[in-house]
Amino acid sequence: MRDFPLIFEQSVSGRRGFGLPDPDVPARPLEELVPQQALRRRPPALPEVSELDVVRHYTRLSHRNFSIDEGFYPLGSCTMKYNPKLHEEVARLPGFARLHPYTPEELAQGALQLLWELGEELRELAGMDAVTFQPAAGAHGELVGLLVIRAYFASRGEKRTRVIVPDSAHGTNPATAAMVGYEVVTVRSDARGNLDLVALEEHLDERTAAVMLTNPNTLGLFEEQVDRIAERVHAAGAQMYLDGANFNAMVGITRPGDQGFDVMHMNLHKTFSTPHGGGGPGAGVVAVKSHLEPFLPVPVVVREGDRYRLDFDRPQSVGRVRAFYGNFANLVRAYAYLRTVGAEGLRAVAEHAVLHANYLRVRLAPYYEIPYDRICKHEFVASGVRQKRRDGVTTRDIAKRLLDYGFHAPTVYFPLIVEEAIMIEPTETESLQTLDAFVDAMVAIDRECQEDPEKVRTAPHTTAVGRLDEVRAARSPDLRWKPA
Amino acid sequence: MYPEDYRYSTEHEWAKRENGRVRVGITRFAADRLTDVVYVELPQVGSEVRFMQPFGVVESVKAASELYAPVSGRVVEVNERLRDHPELVNEDPHGEGWMIVVEATDPSELDRLMDAQAYRQHIGEA
Amino acid sequence: MRYIPTTPEEREYMLRLIGVRSVEDLFADVPDSVRLRRPLRLRPALSDPEVLRYLGALANRNAHADRLTCFVGAGAYDHFVPPAVWQLVGRGEFLTAYTPYQAEIMQGELQATYEYQTMVCELLGMEVANASMYDGASALGEAAVMARDLTKRDRVVVSRAVHPEYRQVLRTYTEPLGIRVVELPHEAGTTPPGPRELNGRTAAVVVQHPNFFGCLEDVRGWAEAAHGAGALLVVACSDPLAFGLLEPPGALGADIIAAEGQPLGNPLNFGGPYLGIIATRQEFVRRMPGRLVGATVDRHGRRGFVLTLQTREQHIRREKATSNICTNEALNALAAAVYLSLLGPQGVRQVAELCLRKADYLKSRVAELPGFQLPFRAPTFHEFVVRTPRPAEALVRALIREGFLAGLPLGRFYRGMRDCLLVAVTETRTREEMDRFVEALERACRRGRQAVGGRVL
Ligand SMILES: Cc1ncc(COP(=O)(O)O)c(C=O)c1O
Repeated sequence: MRDFPLIFEQSVSGRRGFGLPDPDVPARPLEELVPQQALRRRPPALPEVSELDVVRHYTRLSHRNFSIDEGFYPLGSCTMKYNPKLHEEVARLPGFARLHPYTPEELAQGALQLLWELGEELRELAGMDAVTFQPAAGAHGELVGLLVIRAYFASRGEKRTRVIVPDSAHGTNPATAAMVGYEVVTVRSDARGNLDLVALEEHLDERTAAVMLTNPNTLGLFEEQVDRIAERVHAAGAQMYLDGANFNAMVGITRPGDQGFDVMHMNLHKTFSTPHGGGGPGAGVVAVKSHLEPFLPVPVVVREGDRYRLDFDRPQSVGRVRAFYGNFANLVRAYAYLRTVGAEGLRAVAEHAVLHANYLRVRLAPYYEIPYDRICKHEFVASGVRQKRRDGVTTRDIAKRLLDYGFHAPTVYFPLIVEEAIMIEPTETESLQTLDAFVDAMVAIDRECQEDPEKVRTAPHTTAVGRLDEVRAARSPDLRWKPA
Repeated sequence: MYPEDYRYSTEHEWAKRENGRVRVGITRFAADRLTDVVYVELPQVGSEVRFMQPFGVVESVKAASELYAPVSGRVVEVNERLRDHPELVNEDPHGEGWMIVVEATDPSELDRLMDAQAYRQHIGEA
Repeated sequence: MRYIPTTPEEREYMLRLIGVRSVEDLFADVPDSVRLRRPLRLRPALSDPEVLRYLGALANRNAHADRLTCFVGAGAYDHFVPPAVWQLVGRGEFLTAYTPYQAEIMQGELQATYEYQTMVCELLGMEVANASMYDGASALGEAAVMARDLTKRDRVVVSRAVHPEYRQVLRTYTEPLGIRVVELPHEAGTTPPGPRELNGRTAAVVVQHPNFFGCLEDVRGWAEAAHGAGALLVVACSDPLAFGLLEPPGALGADIIAAEGQPLGNPLNFGGPYLGIIATRQEFVRRMPGRLVGATVDRHGRRGFVLTLQTREQHIRREKATSNICTNEALNALAAAVYLSLLGPQGVRQVAELCLRKADYLKSRVAELPGFQLPFRAPTFHEFVVRTPRPAEALVRALIREGFLAGLPLGRFYRGMRDCLLVAVTETRTREEMDRFVEALERACRRGRQAVGGRVL
């Protein structure tokens, strides 16, 4: 079989795929405009292809992609829910998509009003007092959150140097803490899968700037002692940071602000259904309690009467983490989602996300080990240890075999505290029939592990390519095509 | 499997005395556990390493582990072959897959490491 | 809720199977003290047509680039985006996928990213580019941190002719790590290279090319100065299309390039999502932030693509990762790849040349207007600064009434430049629009001069 061609391999010298206007201004010699030595000597080796070539190539590539639009995508921690088409249409309205960020504020009132209203809704949902729209994703929101905390302590003349994260935390939490110059202290989880309160207290002291929690945590379990944790953390003078990646399980049920969190980020590409785009763009909104508000990045959207404005005059602000104001198009999508769904709808989102996850958990429990087998929230973590010990088949193999059954695999090998982890998040937008079909596939694979383990170990068998040699890719990196 | 004349650290490095100098690598146990090594980051010749402090990193596709110096001193040799052939760490961890040679400032530090039998016990292979 | 398919009967069935009586039981682990015991106070839910109408009305209140003829750039450019770009990129197969963790069913995304990385390298004259960063400004922040890691030095020297918002971001990213940022003044719109301010602690010199004022910098000269001091040269760029025509920074000695990829097929979007580009030399790849796609083979020997060198990233290296970035701007990178495929080498050259020529035309015409001056003599690409006879803010407001977004008043960012306007011209502007714009400028200033006698501006 031939390799699927690269766009470069379809290039034919002289072919073109664009229709640009001829110059309509006087044709002065180029050298009069820019010095000769500033001009490019060798043209870039971009492909020379027709528009039809481009359309076919990328359409064919799209056929080699798995998406929510195609099938079930139970990728734990990522909330792969349906992305409504209506919101795409709204985001592409020229009044949003063609709006320059330096349009004077009085001519961008619709955009600013949208941000203000979105902010109001998110503040209510979070139980927080102020928001910033700047972060481009969750991790970017973590950066803002910790910068804000750092600035808050600096303003009080306190020097705190440590951030505590649970051992179940997502990698972005410790990575962010390090980016803000904090020392990372890892605290273990207890036997029920919650943060170990005793272990936490051992580490909490006047050096602690913040405790970063995820709630429900990455095991899909609600931190049952969250109020007590908050009490201890605040008693130690530290701040409570919520990684809101799992907000989908909580909307309308319980609010982070009421749980004692001082600052949180939300991933709008998870809870608020903006599409994941093959890896991005997302949008992270950071919400804070009032004591942290002065430190938010500039600008902040404010309302004065019926006018909206960007406030840059915030002397205590941490500054900026990006140019302009945020991933606006995704903020539009998120607002469209909120307005379609409303208060009751949001509560139903959380309820059904949790219902569906528990249904899958109970149905899979006879076949796969579930290390923390109790009522979960929007996701749960199973394990492939049984299959590994019994059949010599790993979680990776099981994940790959699922692809043959037409499903995206769950998140695997995360969180790190569960051996052979299989993290499953069905979301509220999947039907019972889809959930059942997934259970059937998982059960069938468990049987295959026992009857024909080799088939699972060498999976996938029906995909565009077979299992790929990652070792080779890492040992001799080939990161770009080179002209012959 | 684990040469009797080597010393072993709890972090799975081995140290071999070579008249005054000490050759350093990681054990077969560590190499197996990492699976296919794809990259080894080593210090430059002439740099200083300190007893049980990190001196480099060894990586597989899905993991990265720090390397800890089993003895303090100056690095006098680095295994340049690992740059293009990191697989040597898997194929011959106690030989061709060595990493650095150290001019030890205090060779008695080696006495604080395990001998082969203690190491086998440490990894549960005794 | 219209996106939940579960019927009441199915819901009962599931609850029974789980072994609980009600949905409420599923939340028994949420302490009572933190439960929300009232309905959320949100705006009422709307039907689909109402959503479209409501948000459509908000959209309509914005003076977008089809309403006002756009001469503002400053980091976001109104280039023509061929319809094929978003018709392809907007396909659900791309739009509703996530990070390609399962390579075998994500070859589309992975291959497109590999192609994107290649195109970026070609355009910028660099050896490796990653799969994307958030935007140009945050890419610059990360580039500075990368330079620190590579050089083990803690001082960054940055030209004041770098986009002011990029410089703000640079400070935000570096300050907590104890990296000192020193600013270099511009002289008549450019930053002349020299050893000033460079010393043994300097990790990087940062210049923008073309710079914030549209002027071309002496990148080669800066590369020599930086390297002479043992520092790296980081080049920022807010419109990579310049390098369809200009010698790219990679060929001029840049070590890291941090660029904004919005101009490559991405909409203005009121500032985002945009596309952060970071590119560097092969030898620095292991200190690079963000995802990378590499080519390999499958078990049958066929070519395929995977995420690679992941030990740099947060999910493996945690607090020792090169960055915390996870979700990136993959879809915008895909748009850039489709855009660059459509244009090809001739297209990027042609777009760049059109931008240059048109901007030059407007620049000469504006310079002839009474009271207008060009404060900087350095060659420019598609953007230039003009000194205006009225405060630039007021002029911009006056031009709005004539149907133009005239440019960015620089007083916002630079003291002493309240009478300076930054004007951008892309290939989408016509001579006729520019002629009308010049007339409108003249009118506005005539009126302005009259007004000065009476009421102030
Ligand atoms: C628990 C958790 N925290 C943080 C993140 C990072 O968010 P993002 O990818 O939007 O940067 C993720 C998602 O990837 C996550 O699942």
